Amino acid sequence: MMPDLGKYVGTVLAAYGAALALLVGLVLLTLWQGARMKRALEAVEARGKNGR
Amino acid sequence: MSIWDYANPKKFMQASGTLLPWVAGLAILLTLVGLVWGFFWTPDDYKQGSTVKIIYLHVPSAMMGVSAWFMMLVGSLIWLIRRHHVSALSAKAAAPVGLTFVVIGLVTGAIWGQPMWGTWWAWDPRLTSFLILGLFYMGYIALWAAIEDPDTAADLTSVLCIVGSVFAFLSRYAVMFWNQGLHQGASVSVAGGDQVANVYGLPLAVSVAGFVLLFVTLVLLRTRTEIRARRVRALLARERAA
Repeated sequence: MMPDLGKYVGTVLAAYGAALALLVGLVLLTLWQGARMKRALEAVEARGKNGR
Repeated sequence: MSIWDYANPKKFMQASGTLLPWVAGLAILLTLVGLVWGFFWTPDDYKQGSTVKIIYLHVPSAMMGVSAWFMMLVGSLIWLIRRHHVSALSAKAAAPVGLTFVVIGLVTGAIWGQPMWGTWWAWDPRLTSFLILGLFYMGYIALWAAIEDPDTAADLTSVLCIVGSVFAFLSRYAVMFWNQGLHQGASVSVAGGDQVANVYGLPLAVSVAGFVLLFVTLVLLRTRTEIRARRVRALLARERAA
């Protein structure tokens, strides 16, 4: 399954590893920040509706 | 129905909420197909060996790093001219995404350059302008964070975005008019010239399409977060005033 990368195996895997780690990190950070802000807005709106 | 209707935050939230699952699904599909196809089922290049497989990450990331800045420029100009908050917030939302693509472009370029050029880095016009673009991204993000009043922050970051566009332009086109440096010309161009072979070009095109949609997905998500943050600030200010 794994292609033969020859003498550049470290180079190619390092590039893929670094890029995918950065991409996955960005996606997770975006989702986490989005969920946190959604909860914060719901809490503030609920407080407003309850008249507190 | 005009495009300016989406400048209304409520309309934007509705439209983006409907659009997001489709764009995100297609982004994941195309990115995975492009990268898996390129990594597992393309041959080694006769000169570059297996390092040619880095093209499926390096080229789309570098393209999106530059394109994201141009998207921010459009958002900034709309803010300066028409004062639509969603446009300023979308530019703010795009900055961390664009910066990540620039970092991926720089890191994969350095890793690729070491065995091919014999160096991790060269002060080549394209590389240098791309690095400066990355610094502009950092400055842009820092400026948004440093200014408390959101409208003033949007004004100043818009001006910074216009100035930084020079380096976004240079990152893309420097190789055309500065005939020096290590970096080759465009791998993908509508103007023709030297192009990558189809065996690499097709998975590259899929990967580029995936990265474009990934960018759109992340900017939509982050713009929604910024709109919610703005609403939270407004409600808290109302609470304090009451």
